[in-house]
Amino acid sequence: MNASNKNILLEAIELKALFDRLASEIKEREVLSGPFQLVGIHTRGIPIAQRLAKLMNRDPDQIGTLDINLYRDDLSQASEMPVVKETEIPFSIDGSRVLLVDDVLYTGRTIRAALDALTDLGRPKSIALLVLIDRGERELPIQSDFCGKKVSVQPQENVKVRLQETDGVDRIEVIDRQA
Amino acid sequence: MTQILIHNVRIIDPANGLDLLGELRIKDSKIEAIGEKLDKLPGDEAFDGKGRVLLPGFVDLHVHLREPGFEHKEDIQSGTMAAAAGGFTTVCCMANTHPVNDEAAVTHYILEQSRSKAAVKVWPIGAITVGLKGERLANIGELQEAGCVAISDDGMTVMDSQLMRLAMDYAKGFDLPVITHSVDANLCHGGTMNEGEVSCQMGLKGIPREAEDIIVARDILLSRLTGCRLHVAHVSTAGAVELIRQAKAQGLPVTGEAAPHHFTLTDEACQEYDTNAKMCPPLRTCTDREAVIQGLADGTLDCIATDHAPHAIVDKEVEFDQAAFGILGLETAFALGYRLVLDERLSLEKFILALTAKPLEVLGKTYSGLKPGAPADLCLVDLDAQWVYRTAQSSSKSRNSPFDGWQFVGRVVHTWVEGRQVYAV
Amino acid sequence: MKETPVRIPHILSMADLSREDIEFIFQTTDRFREVGGRPIKKVPALRGKTVINLFFENSTRTRTSFEIAGKRLSADVINITKSSSSVSKGESLLDTVKNLEAMAPDVLVVRHPAAGAAQTITRMLKARVINAGDGAHEHPTQALLDLLTIRDHKKTLSGLHVGIVGDIAHSRVARSNILGLQRFGSKVTVIGPKSLIPLGIEAFGVGVSYDFKAVIGDLDIIMMLRIQGERHDRLPFPNLREYSRFFGLNLQLLQKAKSDVVIMHPGPVNRGVEIAPEVADAPYSLILNQVKNGVAVRMALLYLLSGTEE
Ligand SMILES: [Zn+2]
Repeated sequence: MNASNKNILLEAIELKALFDRLASEIKEREVLSGPFQLVGIHTRGIPIAQRLAKLMNRDPDQIGTLDINLYRDDLSQASEMPVVKETEIPFSIDGSRVLLVDDVLYTGRTIRAALDALTDLGRPKSIALLVLIDRGERELPIQSDFCGKKVSVQPQENVKVRLQETDGVDRIEVIDRQA
Repeated sequence: MTQILIHNVRIIDPANGLDLLGELRIKDSKIEAIGEKLDKLPGDEAFDGKGRVLLPGFVDLHVHLREPGFEHKEDIQSGTMAAAAGGFTTVCCMANTHPVNDEAAVTHYILEQSRSKAAVKVWPIGAITVGLKGERLANIGELQEAGCVAISDDGMTVMDSQLMRLAMDYAKGFDLPVITHSVDANLCHGGTMNEGEVSCQMGLKGIPREAEDIIVARDILLSRLTGCRLHVAHVSTAGAVELIRQAKAQGLPVTGEAAPHHFTLTDEACQEYDTNAKMCPPLRTCTDREAVIQGLADGTLDCIATDHAPHAIVDKEVEFDQAAFGILGLETAFALGYRLVLDERLSLEKFILALTAKPLEVLGKTYSGLKPGAPADLCLVDLDAQWVYRTAQSSSKSRNSPFDGWQFVGRVVHTWVEGRQVYAV
Repeated sequence: MKETPVRIPHILSMADLSREDIEFIFQTTDRFREVGGRPIKKVPALRGKTVINLFFENSTRTRTSFEIAGKRLSADVINITKSSSSVSKGESLLDTVKNLEAMAPDVLVVRHPAAGAAQTITRMLKARVINAGDGAHEHPTQALLDLLTIRDHKKTLSGLHVGIVGDIAHSRVARSNILGLQRFGSKVTVIGPKSLIPLGIEAFGVGVSYDFKAVIGDLDIIMMLRIQGERHDRLPFPNLREYSRFFGLNLQLLQKAKSDVVIMHPGPVNRGVEIAPEVADAPYSLILNQVKNGVAVRMALLYLLSGTEE
């Protein structure tokens, strides 16, 4: 491992604590404003939502999954053909309180696309946002309602959330793309 | 007043039994002397032929100069410049101009234009039928009187067998050879390439090989009936080669020619819908290509003729169905034929004969070749030269060649017509 | 979930698509079928993109299918229909295509009566090109939707025996389907009067039969082709009645088929000629499923081609 271009932001144990805290924050909020329906954004938003569901003693199979590829505003900038993943909402969007779940909040464009994708599927009563990491540098007026950790990184740095389910390890790293 | 002494050169003329390292003097329009060592004369302009081969100028029985009528594709000047670049000193131009060369006035026009503009000698071929329509005979006798060396409806096949019989009977009386383009128009039925696996895969309508074989067989039989000399142009099928072989064995006055593209390419060149691989008769299969090469090697096919058929970009940059038939041929003929020599499929001697003495024999003309007193129609080739053919640099007005960008060994470097240099690389 | 295997620049021929490519296209198609099932059937994926449907042949079905697909993706869809006669009157294919360049299309969908026209067009302008049928060459989007329809119904594309019946010589649908089915290891037999089976078809590795009755019992799928009278200036069989008697599909002949056989037809159907009306409308006929899958497949292709830059 090269220490010069990779910094560990959170180790597995810290990540676990962060999940616990987020789950209890959600539950607190639900006491005030009613229950949320969890919808994870592909790819890592889904395991995050599933973990939170488990921590709140709910069925992790009942979370919604959302692919935002068809709602992106930067389609042609990809060099590979886009892979559209499954969007599956096992509950009615209409009238529900949706909690969108994603790993990193950065420019806000992913969330913008997710809002469009979600509202095309129905008319939720409200939509809230949960992210593990907020790295700042927003390009749209979008903020999270629940945030695991706010970090300040350089523009050339990448915040990478690694999860057991998708990456085989629980860890959050900061990678310098120029190094 | 020209007086050139080409020295230090290998001189080959198989028809005259010549193959020596020596010298040849051109004086005015004629060859003055040939020998291993010539006495130096005052006024000799020395020309070093070191490492090169001096040959009799080539004769092409089959070109389309497109003048009159289609000067946007080619004219007598550009076409004969391309001929000179290919080592040809005589070309026979087909009658499918506009107007068709079916009367003496057109023949006169072509010869008149050639006198002032042509780089090489131009011998017109007259039409068999008026307007190439296959309906009634052209004034064949008058055409010969005007200077036509043969008759042909090239591009079209005279489908009416009775009319073809009349044409051959009549031409026999004038001792004119009849040159045939052999494609059964009904069997061809709108086909655009060889019918077979490739046409099936490409979804293009095919021309079966039998469309050629049927007409070649018919015309051989008519040659037997009429005694008329028959020259089968651009033989493309194994079947036609075999029919000509049998006709020759029976002593019939039948000859045949091979076009370089038919002994080089197969119908696979049409893939990608490359319209520069579209010609008629079409590129055939490997078996056919091998038969054409074998025909040249055993003398069944007498000569190599290019079927030089220039077409403008607007005729070729279209759907394959719509594209015109034909490709350029003059500038690549020698290099393509020499590939057969390098591959040891054809002897150098046979190859040279197929470009020099044999075409004249087909026309029934006397061959003089390289000997003192003969016209100084010569070409100098470099058999080791490596070069790349670029249509962008062609002397032709058109660019329709599938050989653009091909790497060749063996190149024509100089051409003289009656002692006048008409091409230098 | 498969990641993207390759970049496909144009959709010209099924010969260009590997099995992985086809599976990737189907995977994307499944997502668009989900979109097709929503109350709002539109996504903004191709907002600001221009799709031109350039049709030199009349085909309301294929053109409409591409048009719906483009519009559901929010692309600007422009339909240009040219009769081939107006083209032969002086405006060449090159002229036509060059004029389109001004509209800066992202994807050009081309239907043309000449084989190879779509490929020729790729050499003339920058856009991505989808071949929506070129003469007797290929019709890859039809083959893709046919394969998808078969997969939906049989749950596999491998190990099947598919009979393609009719005018094989002039059928782009037959060529594209043969290439596609073989990618998955299914067996294809072409069936028709010998005068409609082209020379050289064996090179595709297909079986050939001139006797429909004799082979029908072995088929899992029967794909009936339209008899294209307009492509023949001389009918390659005595008349339609005789054709129908030997190569048409009717209930009586269908008795000999496997019990789970399914019937397909690329349309438009000549009822009573190649297929009896009661067969076309029967439950084992997938003709309507084919139409429905057509939109989803075409959405997937438009989306995938627009999704990358040269
Ligand atoms: Zn010809």
